[in-house]
Amino acid sequence: MPHDKGSFDPTRGHHDMGGLPAGPIESFEHDYALWEKRVDALMVLLSNKRLMTVDELRRNIEGLGPDAYDQMTYYERWIYAVTQTMIQRGVISVEELGRKIREVQERAGEL
Amino acid sequence: MISHDHDREDNHHHHSHEHRHPHRQDLDDTLTYYRAMEIALRELLIEKGILTADAIRGQVEDMDRRSPAAGARVVAKAWADPAYKALLLTDGGAACVAVGLDRGPYKLVVVENTPTTHNVIVCTLCSCYPRWLLGLPPDWYKSRNYRSRVVREPRKVLREFGTEIADDVVVRVHDSTADMRYLVLPERPAGTEGWEEERLAQLVTRDSMIGVSRPKSA
Amino acid sequence: MNSEAIEPRFRAGDRVEVRESFPIGHVRTPFYIRGKAGVVERLCGIYGNPEELAYARSGLPKQPLYRVRFPQSEIWPDYAGSVADSLDVEIFQHWLEPKL
Repeated sequence: MPHDKGSFDPTRGHHDMGGLPAGPIESFEHDYALWEKRVDALMVLLSNKRLMTVDELRRNIEGLGPDAYDQMTYYERWIYAVTQTMIQRGVISVEELGRKIREVQERAGEL
Repeated sequence: MISHDHDREDNHHHHSHEHRHPHRQDLDDTLTYYRAMEIALRELLIEKGILTADAIRGQVEDMDRRSPAAGARVVAKAWADPAYKALLLTDGGAACVAVGLDRGPYKLVVVENTPTTHNVIVCTLCSCYPRWLLGLPPDWYKSRNYRSRVVREPRKVLREFGTEIADDVVVRVHDSTADMRYLVLPERPAGTEGWEEERLAQLVTRDSMIGVSRPKSA
Repeated sequence: MNSEAIEPRFRAGDRVEVRESFPIGHVRTPFYIRGKAGVVERLCGIYGNPEELAYARSGLPKQPLYRVRFPQSEIWPDYAGSVADSLDVEIFQHWLEPKL
């Protein structure tokens, strides 16, 4: 979709898509991967503990911006938003998140 | 069943992203940044004593157990028992509890299909869905194309699902924007008089409870 | 009057209109329904305000939430279905005005 200057409307979130033109419905369904189910689980458990709300999840997903929203998968948006919420709530710090991600990647031989 | 990361918003078929390969539960092997984030967040939360590995595992298993079979039981009982149907239509949560199911974290609104009315559910803003009755939603329900189009051209969308609605039938779309969750009570198929609830439940499909299809025929 | 909850202003059958208001920020009133008129189908209940909850605030006072039924032909100028087709949307009270 062309991004000519002036076409961005800040009052309409990219998620607020009801009524916009779109393509055919793909009936393909994927089995949820284990990591995706864990993201879902984290969200439910943290909500149950009152450490986040579904509203914060949504607002952080909505804040991703159109390109990110379209390029990320559903649970990639979720883990981003859950983690963002944990930072906002002060449950984790940005520094410890960065260190831990790095540690995970090193452990997996990715670095 | 082969699984692909096909729930991206764009419907093009390019496979340029590093993790576009079939991934089944036992082949969770590519560590993308987001998967590393999931592991990192989970480990931090466990280290801080906020969550336990057991609790996370238990919640994954709980969601795994949830499937449209729960919704199908509720529908089948409503077909078989007029008093239960009346309860279901006025107090969905109480009707769930009455058959030993969770009330659910949200208020359940059940909308009835009749010979003159066909209902279909969507969440245009995200993906709200009666998960405690139907399990996790299908990719298409969360997709840009469904969420954008079903509010505006529901009959055309239903046709893409193979569901034709006559001109004299009213189509009601329900956009699940806030604290309600929705279940369609499909029309009971013809030729099922006297059927036991378990047998009736076999005819109730997930898609008929979302409203994009009709239940199976007898 | 409970300061933690707003009193319901509307009842089933009332004609209402969705306010034309276009803020940034987290909103659960879809863009497509702003400025449209419909009929209250039911009061769903009183719930925390998602526009506040989204920012980790209390969401109080709780707001009445309604299901409002809109004729499809009112929403989309080119609606190609039955004139009786409807779209039911959950809308918080502070987005609704009476339609006279």
